[in-house]
Amino acid sequence: MNLTLKIWRQKNSKDKGKMETYPVKDISPDMSFLEMMDVLNNQLIESGQDPVAFDHDCREGICGMCSMFINGEAHGPGRGITTCQLHMRSFKDGDTIYIEPWRAAAFPVIKDLVVDRSSFDRVIQAGGYVSVNTSGNTQDANAIPVPKEDADKAFDAATCIGCGACVATCKNSSAMLFVSAKISQLALLPQGKVEAKQRALNMVKQMDEEGFGNCSNTGACEVECPKGISLENIARMNREYLKASTS
Amino acid sequence: MAQSVLLKSSLAKKYWMALTGLFLCLFLVGHLAGNLQLFIGGIEGQLQFNEYAKFMTTNPLVKILSYVTYISIIFHAIDGLLLTIKNKSARPVKYHNEKASANSAWASRNMGILGTILLVFIITHMMNFWYEMHWGEIGVDANGNKDLHTIVIAFFKDASMGLVFTLAYVLSMLAVAFHLSHGFQSAFQSLGLRHEKYTPIIQKIGFAFALLVPLAFAAIPLYIHFVY
Ligand code: HEM
Ligand code: SF4
Ligand code: FES
Repeated sequence: MNLTLKIWRQKNSKDKGKMETYPVKDISPDMSFLEMMDVLNNQLIESGQDPVAFDHDCREGICGMCSMFINGEAHGPGRGITTCQLHMRSFKDGDTIYIEPWRAAAFPVIKDLVVDRSSFDRVIQAGGYVSVNTSGNTQDANAIPVPKEDADKAFDAATCIGCGACVATCKNSSAMLFVSAKISQLALLPQGKVEAKQRALNMVKQMDEEGFGNCSNTGACEVECPKGISLENIARMNREYLKASTS
Repeated sequence: MAQSVLLKSSLAKKYWMALTGLFLCLFLVGHLAGNLQLFIGGIEGQLQFNEYAKFMTTNPLVKILSYVTYISIIFHAIDGLLLTIKNKSARPVKYHNEKASANSAWASRNMGILGTILLVFIITHMMNFWYEMHWGEIGVDANGNKDLHTIVIAFFKDASMGLVFTLAYVLSMLAVAFHLSHGFQSAFQSLGLRHEKYTPIIQKIGFAFALLVPLAFAAIPLYIHFVY
């Protein structure tokens, strides 16, 4: 199939950047979206141009690196997938495809489609952990009984891969789905309850400081999240924070 | 610390938005109950409505509630404005191609615009009736009560502007309907009140509320203008 790509090009974080148009030919419908990008980049390199910088790593939907806003949607059309799991059969011959970086004040563009998501790391550093004794006497985690339902919910929350699609798709660039998944995952387990209060306060504080927007409960994040993280987690975060700030 | 997190943090803004929004939903029900008396015809309807209006401006309990309502509207509007500004600044560079309708409802993305329409409506509405009732030059009915009834009827039956006022009122109620089609259930989510069993019920109640309450409000000026 032959396609027209409209891609955001930006030399560095200072550059203003703009959309550029690139035609690509003979794309197989069986290619993944990233393979199609590889074909484009080979073309660009062969003709002496700068290849398009984009983030990717595992190419199997587990690392969360492949941030691309494709045709107006985070990770493109299709539900429950990352960009690397999107295939060219989702498009038609002759289509024009818009490819843009995640847009958020808290995710500044580094180059082309690559954005800096270290704001997520700082939110995690603010409280997305449990403090355990690592002196050699660490208690076996399985020694503490956990109700099956809580374990399942904690696990569902833990499947968040930190891709940032929730931020990219939210009209407010809000990180609440991500932060709530991390708060929930730990608040549901006995090991995490000890620090639940400080965790909720500190992670929300860091989230606010990073410049993410607020939640308007539009639900767009839940729809676009490749891991199906539920809005239930945001409600749980709202409860955890209310508890922490009133007690 | 506890104090600033309950005022300034992102989540606190949402709690206040939700609490004031839900209180305003209660206020709407109370207000509607009063307005529906405008369907009662004749001198009897006039006297009853004015009696009710007097009760609403003099009863001490209602007075307290009305102050809470004023504060709620002001707080809700300021908080809504702050949220909208903050949310816009969180995305300084926009997308060239954004398919927002693929993953969210129009009303949920436009609460700020809908709220602004409501604010303009509330201010003009208060100038037209609330101000008249409290400080305007207003006649009295056979029972000696301030005759708000005649003011309301004359407003919507006005030969030149009555139709415009009626349509503006109906359009404002449409904005209320959209605001609440998202807002009602959203407020519960903001407060963390989410439950596998009850949330679907809250969503259904919210939908019915957003449909029926504005519809009933809008029916009144339509009735006055075209039927009364
Ligand atoms: C009778 C009048 C009103 C009622 C019953 C009402 C009700 C509500 C409710 C229940 C919510 C949901 C709260 C939440 O998501 O937690 C809401 C949200 C909102 N309201 Fe109102 N409201 C009214 C008037 C206004 C006015 C006058 C404005 C402003 C200028 C306004 C602006 C907003 C905004 C911006 C939001 C969304 C905030 C966000 O989550 O991003 N509302 N309203
Ligand atoms: S919540 Fe979903 S969309 Fe957001 S970072 Fe985690 S996996 Fe990605
Ligand atoms: S490259 Fe790892 S999730 Fe797509």
